[in-house]
Parts: sequence; C-alpha cells; structure tokens
Amino acid sequence: MGIKEKILTKSLWVFHASVGSCNNCDIEILDCLTPRFDVERLGIQLVGSIRHADVILVTGAMNKKALKRFKKVCGQAPKPCFIVAVGICPCSMHMFKGSYSMQSPLDEIMPVDLYIPGCPPRPEAIIAGLAKLINKVNK
Amino acid sequence: MKALFNYLIFPGFIFSLVIGGMGWWLERKFTARFQYRVGPPWYQTFLDILKLFLKETIIPGGASKILFILSPLLTFSAVLMFNLMLTENYFLDKSFVGDILVMLYLLIIPSLFIILGASSSRNPLALVGASRETKLMLSYEFIFIISLVIIIIKSNGNLMLADILNNQINRGMYLKSASGTIGFILALFYIQAKLGIVPFDAAEAEQEIMSGTAIEYSGPLLGFYRIAKTLLYFSLPLFVIALFGQIAINNPLHKYSAFVIEYVLILLLISVIKNINPRLRIKEILGFFWFFLFPLGILGIILAIKGL
Repeated sequence: MGIKEKILTKSLWVFHASVGSCNNCDIEILDCLTPRFDVERLGIQLVGSIRHADVILVTGAMNKKALKRFKKVCGQAPKPCFIVAVGICPCSMHMFKGSYSMQSPLDEIMPVDLYIPGCPPRPEAIIAGLAKLINKVNK
Repeated sequence: MKALFNYLIFPGFIFSLVIGGMGWWLERKFTARFQYRVGPPWYQTFLDILKLFLKETIIPGGASKILFILSPLLTFSAVLMFNLMLTENYFLDKSFVGDILVMLYLLIIPSLFIILGASSSRNPLALVGASRETKLMLSYEFIFIISLVIIIIKSNGNLMLADILNNQINRGMYLKSASGTIGFILALFYIQAKLGIVPFDAAEAEQEIMSGTAIEYSGPLLGFYRIAKTLLYFSLPLFVIALFGQIAINNPLHKYSAFVIEYVLILLLISVIKNINPRLRIKEILGFFWFFLFPLGILGIILAIKGL
C-alpha cells in the first residue's frame, strides 16, 4: 500500500455518467450526498467536469447511441481513473438483455473496477461499494 | 537566508497555504453543519491538492498550449506575490514600497488569467464561463475600488498599508464608524464573488456549465488553481481585516488570537450568505452590485467625507 494510493483514495472525485438509465440509480447516487449518508466526510465529491474525475459512476443499460459518447467521455478522463457500474443494468443488462437498441453489459465494452448491483442499489450499498473500491486500490 | 525563510515558510507560502486550507475546510465544515451533515475531515483540502498533483494533465486538442499552461502558473504566482506583500506588512510590520493600489492590481491578475486560460481551451462551456467571469469582474472589482476609496478618504489620502494599520491602531478600527461598516459590507461581497462562492458562482457553476472556467483543466494545472484559491482563502479575509478591523494590541499572542477570531467570523459570515442563497443569474448579480451596492458605496463615500 503506497502513500500515493492512500492520498488518491482519501479524496475521490466522482463523475456521474448516465448511459440510458431509468433515473432511479441517479437519484440514489444523489441520496449519498444528502445529510443522512453524507459521503463528503469520506472526501467524496460530485464534480461537474470529466477532467476532474477520479471515479466514473455508470448508471443504466448501455444503448447504441450512448456507447460512442461514453467511450469519448472515458477517453477524456485523466489517469488514474476508476469505472464503477452502479445498478444491475450496467452489470448484466437486467431485463433489457436482447433488446434491439441495447449493447452488451459494461464489462464487455471496457474494464470495470467495481460492480454495485441492485435495482436501484440502496445508498448504503453504494457507500459499501466505494469502501470496497478504496480497499481494492490500497491493496 | 532570513528573507528566504520569510518568503517560503513564515509568514509566506507554507504558512498561508496551511491557514488558507484550514479556512477553506472551515467554510466547508460550516456548510456541512448548516445542512446537518458531518462534513469533511480537517486535512481534506490539502489531500485534494496533493491528489491533483498525482494525476495526469490533459491538454485538449486545438487549445492554445502556451496560454493554457501558463495561465494557472501565472495565477498562482500573482496570488503568491499578493500574499507575500500582505503578510510581510501584517505579521512582520515591514513596509513594502508598494501600496494598496499595487495589491489591487495583483488581485485583478488571477481573474484575468482564469479568463484567458478558459478561453484558450477551445471549449464552448469554458467560453461561457469566461464571459460570465468577465461580467463578474466588472461588478465586483468596481465595488471593491469604491470600498478602497472609503478607506483612502478615512486615512487622509494614505495609500500605504502600514500607514492604514497605524492609523487604525491610533484612532480605533474603521469598522466602528458608519462609513467603515458600509465599506466592510462591500468588501465582504467582494470576497464572496472573488472566491466564486455560491450566490456569485455563475462562472464556475457545476451543475449548469460543468465547472465553467475550470472545465478543461486536470491534474497539476488544476492543482495550481486550487493552490491559488487556497491562498486567496487566507489573504482576502486578511486584507479585509487589515483594512477595516485592525485592533490596537501590543501583545503578539493576543494580536494573533484576535486575527484568528476575526478570520473565523468572516468565514462564518461568508458561509451564512452561501447557505441561505441560491445561485444568482449573471443579470441579477450585475443588478445587485450596480444598483444596490453601488448607491450604498456612494453613501459610504459621502459619510467618509463628512468624517463619520
């Protein structure tokens, strides 16, 4: 465990990329910032620009139109940057599997660092997932 | 050797960075407590800066490279120069050749380079941010100049910071008089707008234009912007304290504790204004500064000429 990773994991700036979600996971992510869960005490901040991001939270089933744009967005993120699949849709496509407009699950498109399943995942689950990510980076 | 120590450690760069980082943290902590949250730990602002220096810097294709790289560095150096002039005056009782007008110029440079850096990045949202920052500058610098005019009238035309400090020690702080209070209110809104805190953060609106002027910056270049802002979190309240609230105390320990109390009070005022207001549109900001604060400033100048 290096000092570099320790610094990185103590101030994760999160960028939120919705690639065709039903908005439930997005609402749950915003719930993490509310007084009840307050992820700012862990140094986690929601940022507006992809250039500032350390973590990309991907919500929703990847559809054909979003794929091109999502790849572009990921290319714009400065390294090191982690990709987290939030909700069951980016993990396994859920009930949208085989739909005409949908692509494959997220990990077939690019490497995913963490999966947080759930429809939608509870804020506790998202925070537990981020804690797992921090442990994984520190190892 | 001693001069180098003064420039780099106390009361120069490191000292300002530590106090400014704590100030920024305090402002975030106050905000968190207003919203019944716990808030970040005290070292959060330093970790954010350190982390940015570990990340990759991306220079967008088609950007004007030289201007894009130079703007954060020049912003940082201008703010550092302002900090050094101010802290040498305030903590070491040394008097620079420069006066408060030089400090005013040095304070305009950061905003100018933020605008230049944003416009050189070839991002449409950064351009929107830059144009908003330009309009913001027209409003807040104008108000701050009026606030300085009140100070200059009250100190009988003295422009040197050391003379202003001595004048307050001899005759009581300017904040006690009516015109001084008006000048302080103007300066408080100036700090708020200069640091881009909420009612006046139209140029860096995160939800609207994705952090506007800073959108294309990443890694160490963004880190230099963060350092400059951290230094400003220390030096702008200090400048206002020096101009309006200097207390006559001989004991150095009491002098420092008085400074800390005034600094925390100013940060508390800033975060109260931040938390009870939504983000204003640029038109509303201009209206507030030009049609509300400007007549107030004129009233302050009249009162200062009358000697109140």
